[in-house]
Amino acid sequence: MGNMRTGAQMLWESLVREGVTTVFGYPGGAILPAYDAMLEYPIRHVLVRHEQGATHMADGYARASGEVGVAIATSGPGATNMVTGIATAMLDSTPMVCITGQVGSKLIGSDAFQETDVTGVTLPITKHNYLISNVSEVVSTIHEAFYVARSGRPGPVLVDITKDAQQGSGEFVWDESPVCLPGYRPDLRATEGEYREAVELINGAKRPVIFAGHGVMLSGAMDLVRDFAERANIPIAMTLLGIGAFPALHPLNLGMMGMHGEAWVNQAIQEADLLLAFGMRFDDRVTGNVKTYAPNARKIHIDIDPAEFNKNVLVDVTLAGDLSAVLRDLFPRVERGDRGPWLEAISEMKGDSAVRDVQNLPDSGHLYAAHVINDIWRVTDGKAVVVTDVGQHQMWEAQYYHHQEPRSLITSGGLGTMGFALPAAIGAKLARPDAEVWVIVGDGGFQMTMCELATIAQEKVKINVAIINNGYLGMVRQWQEFFYERRYAATPLLSPDFAKLGAAFGLRSVTVSRRADVEPTIEMARAESGAVVIDFRVEQEDTVYPMVPAGADLHAMIRRPSSSPIVETADD
Amino acid sequence: MRHTFVVHVEDKPGVLNRVASLFRRRAFNIESLTVGHTEAAGVSRMTIVVDTDLNGARRLEANLYKLVNVLRVTDLTGEKAVIRDLTLIRVAATQDTRTQVMQLVDTFRGRVVDVAPDSLIIEATGTEDKIEGLLGVLEPYGVLEMVRTGRVAMARGQQSVATEPTGESTETDDNVSYSV
Repeated sequence: MGNMRTGAQMLWESLVREGVTTVFGYPGGAILPAYDAMLEYPIRHVLVRHEQGATHMADGYARASGEVGVAIATSGPGATNMVTGIATAMLDSTPMVCITGQVGSKLIGSDAFQETDVTGVTLPITKHNYLISNVSEVVSTIHEAFYVARSGRPGPVLVDITKDAQQGSGEFVWDESPVCLPGYRPDLRATEGEYREAVELINGAKRPVIFAGHGVMLSGAMDLVRDFAERANIPIAMTLLGIGAFPALHPLNLGMMGMHGEAWVNQAIQEADLLLAFGMRFDDRVTGNVKTYAPNARKIHIDIDPAEFNKNVLVDVTLAGDLSAVLRDLFPRVERGDRGPWLEAISEMKGDSAVRDVQNLPDSGHLYAAHVINDIWRVTDGKAVVVTDVGQHQMWEAQYYHHQEPRSLITSGGLGTMGFALPAAIGAKLARPDAEVWVIVGDGGFQMTMCELATIAQEKVKINVAIINNGYLGMVRQWQEFFYERRYAATPLLSPDFAKLGAAFGLRSVTVSRRADVEPTIEMARAESGAVVIDFRVEQEDTVYPMVPAGADLHAMIRRPSSSPIVETADD
Repeated sequence: MRHTFVVHVEDKPGVLNRVASLFRRRAFNIESLTVGHTEAAGVSRMTIVVDTDLNGARRLEANLYKLVNVLRVTDLTGEKAVIRDLTLIRVAATQDTRTQVMQLVDTFRGRVVDVAPDSLIIEATGTEDKIEGLLGVLEPYGVLEMVRTGRVAMARGQQSVATEPTGESTETDDNVSYSV
């Protein structure tokens, strides 16, 4: 009976067979049998300081590598601490498997110690979830969970395993054949009629714009998108999560669209006669007021998830399926385009840009977030993997760090989860040990998960942390400035001395408050073998421009007042 | 408008919760939901009535398909279908009124399934209109208690010859005397 295993052993053996090499977790009573068996298997376990961190690390791991990220926790509070990270992964379609211990099956429903109905709690924020209460279900369920997490539109899957299922034993049988779920259809195909309609619209369009979303990365369609755009000569705008799907410095790249997109991008969208949406979902941060959105444009929507069609914006043609497959079918039928007048018109709009190249700014000695981020881009030659948190610094990163490569910007887009950056960067670094990983995080978000500095120290994770410290919850302050008559309710933020804090964790940590010190400090951090924490003390009441207020027309942007020092150029 | 979905799902723990949670989460209001076994082992069948527009119905169908345990979704709205409700009605009936009540019930092809000195239980099946009609005529006698299953529905066979008026599927038939 050489194949006899405990449920706990089956769990790890299944993970190994799924290709898992690293998991992020925190032990506890109901998951203890699994932890005990872990020592026998070749999997690196990263001990986190809070289960939310485990989920963000698994998320960052998945986004950086394209592999399924794995987080593990005990029942009750361990499991509920994962909720924010699971919801983050759900909104951004990250493939992730979360494993939670559960009280013994006979105790379920009795309000036993550390019992929570975690499949119930996570039902609306997982792609699917499972409760295993018998050892016989362990192997097939783990196999199925990975399949569901990574296939179709990826997403988080939670597997709750009772303590007795971990302790029970049975024969280990691994079924290599593809998982067959009768009701699950991740491989939809568009019809020939839909293709014909799409091709007709594309070839007839005078002022088309391609939208590249996260789906481009998830489908691995970067080259296909580029070939398509170059052949048809169509400019590309990106969503926040689409950044990296198309090289930022490519002549057809417009930049990020939406609430904090460049003015010309949104203007081009409003004037377009055709929008080609590639793996994006017309989020409200992208569209503004849908009633006045791209009023002259026909719309083609390509997505693997038909539930996204006509959800926010009504479109003319829908093509369901994997973006790569759809583009392969479309490409030969799309005519070479000369869209010279349209591209010229967009170039003229660019002359009206609100955000000027910060490298040309006179140095007044003040430290602005834009300077810091732009310098990080310059010094790292645009080749770092940047993990951001949520808020002003996130938008500045999107504006001032020009990403050439896919999976080089990792950020919480859909859920907008503060506290995401630091743990997600740990995951990203472990997924891609050769990559230079930078965290760009605000003073607010950093304090939400800064306990993970201990994880960085214990696991010796080499990342560089740039805290954009402005003493405010900056984005909320900005909304208060614009929409609440500068009544700064609960946004001024007292922080500890981050340099001392980092030092307490044994990490090299410095404070930078002068423009001249930015570049040498970035160089120092890159050269340092261990993780570095840099506290950049930036202008306190700086503002992200341009801005489309929530629900406003996309062309109704708030522009940077010309007197603001950051836009002063030699010519002004 | 009201859409009637027939949803085949795997008969597994928690599936009803997943479906109901989807409707709540996406802000669709369920008018009625019935669930039961089917001819196939391990497959349950739900009939769900929702008030939404055509686009809403399409999105709902796409979202239902995203649930791993959902096998098949059919929107019967506008299709030829047999649609039925079952109701039990306890109506006040004394020695003096019992005969009248029973005659009315007979007109609606209902059945008396319980007789007590002061009340009757009536069982009736049919479209919602018919049951509303029955309730309407019983109201003056005193409806003491009522339970309805909500809609169950099944598409008619292709080129089937209807054995009764087919107007039922459009819910416009107010004829109270149909055969059931």
